[in-house]
Amino acid sequence: MAKEFELNEVEVWDGNYAASQALRQAQIDVVAAYPITPSTPIVEGYGAYVANGYVDGEFVMVESEHGAMSGCVGAAAAGGRVATATSSQGFALMAEVLYQASGMRLPIVMTVVNRALASPLNVRGDHSDMYLGRDSGWIQIDAFNAQEAYDLALCAFRIGEHLDVRLPVMMHQDGFTTSHKAQNVYPLKDDVAYKFIGDYVPVDDMLDFSRPVTHGAQTEEDWHYEHKAKQHKALMDSRTVIDDVFAQFKELTGREYNRVETYMMEDAEVALVLLGSSVETAVLAAKQIREEEGLKVGIVAPRCFRPFPYDLVRDALDTPSLKAVCCMDKSAPGGAMGALFNEVSASAYSTKARPIMTNYIYGLGGRDFAVDEAKRIMREQKAHADAGHITTDIQQFSGLRGPKLGFFQTRRG
Amino acid sequence: MSKGLEGNDNRGARELGAEKKVGWDEVTQGVVLNSFVGESKNASFLKPEERAYSDFNSYTATVASWRVIKPIYNRDICIDCQNCWVWCPDTSIISRDKQMLGIDYDHCKGCGVCVEVCPTNPKSLLMFNEAADNDVELENWPKKEKKTK
Repeated sequence: MAKEFELNEVEVWDGNYAASQALRQAQIDVVAAYPITPSTPIVEGYGAYVANGYVDGEFVMVESEHGAMSGCVGAAAAGGRVATATSSQGFALMAEVLYQASGMRLPIVMTVVNRALASPLNVRGDHSDMYLGRDSGWIQIDAFNAQEAYDLALCAFRIGEHLDVRLPVMMHQDGFTTSHKAQNVYPLKDDVAYKFIGDYVPVDDMLDFSRPVTHGAQTEEDWHYEHKAKQHKALMDSRTVIDDVFAQFKELTGREYNRVETYMMEDAEVALVLLGSSVETAVLAAKQIREEEGLKVGIVAPRCFRPFPYDLVRDALDTPSLKAVCCMDKSAPGGAMGALFNEVSASAYSTKARPIMTNYIYGLGGRDFAVDEAKRIMREQKAHADAGHITTDIQQFSGLRGPKLGFFQTRRG
Repeated sequence: MSKGLEGNDNRGARELGAEKKVGWDEVTQGVVLNSFVGESKNASFLKPEERAYSDFNSYTATVASWRVIKPIYNRDICIDCQNCWVWCPDTSIISRDKQMLGIDYDHCKGCGVCVEVCPTNPKSLLMFNEAADNDVELENWPKKEKKTK
């Protein structure tokens, strides 16, 4: 029996340690992992819990991230609670197996610490790896600080393992800005946390020798389409389970989470939509600019990146006062508009107001996104709103050295 | 009780994927398919024809149409060495109690490995065009080759 870990009411944890503590409290059967910056301390911390008797489950050292996720798939198919952690290049190496995990409907939890993808090699936080996972069929939940990394990692097990969902879940946090920044975190006691998550309910045990099964069987053009449709429906339907788990978590802790977080949107004239640790920067900037300049700015932050909350983003943007929205993507767009811009614009198109939509690329490779820059972008949105059309290029780059870089102009106005 | 190879359950009853087509809402979650009908604790101790294979098991499907050339087996020459049984990549050599019975044409894909590893002279297995008549080819089987110095 695993030892109880003595915890204070308030602990000073960084996002990595918070995530590793949540994994420990979940009493996972198998963790198969391969360390990579900046998520290494999650794996390292978990390894220490195992060595010191705080975990009953197995910790499997593997030869690569491809092996890590493959080990997770095998263990989950065998009927165990399974988790791992990764970042960036490791995430990219897992990509093939991510699709297998979701297609096989295995509720693996992966705590991802977002980091840029090479080349050039970079260990800092941006959302390239998170975006790489967005078509993989996983649920993707985004924590903006260490407390949320802890809370949402607990929720991730409840969501993914729910029998109506049975899908793998990624719990994202930003590399360094969240993963290595020590903050006050209010943890739950071990038994309270475990009770919230609950016992794992296995389905289709691979290791039931009296009922052998084939997992992830081959399906060609006659079956593949139906399986992918069913998987997509499970992902879309997980929205209500996520809402429900968040509601129960609020009941337990008083801490509220929503699939889309909105700040000051009630009377907003302009809004920024963004993800991750930058949300807190943007909220601070919005509060200041409201006080200092009377500019009514709101912030929209999709907490749940997949399934994309088309419904709630649309509701958030359906404010009559709203004139201009800037979607900010922290990932190299690779020859397109940013993914967040595309998806949020699609949601905004079905609102009555249909605000002006623009796109900023920012923060690549950990480039700082400061309050002053957030305010400058907010003022620029106000200029669009006043002019009634986009006064700049539709896609621009924030905090980039060299000549101004931008693409596409509006035909409205 | 053995049902015998000839009267075997529903082996080879269908081409892969030709079973009843159901909608997306009816497919198995996670493409998890049971190999057997009901519990099957001792499957590994049973001969394949005695196992309660489910309709989802590939044992009940045929892939014969994938084959363009086929092996034909000549019982009169075979020494039951089991080489072909060991080497066949698709367990399509049927052998019982170390006695070679023939080829599972429902699953053989015509790779020719069995012919390659057959040690007899002449070989007890030879490859022929898929359309060849087994009886005719067995009548015209090659004669023993004399050793040349």
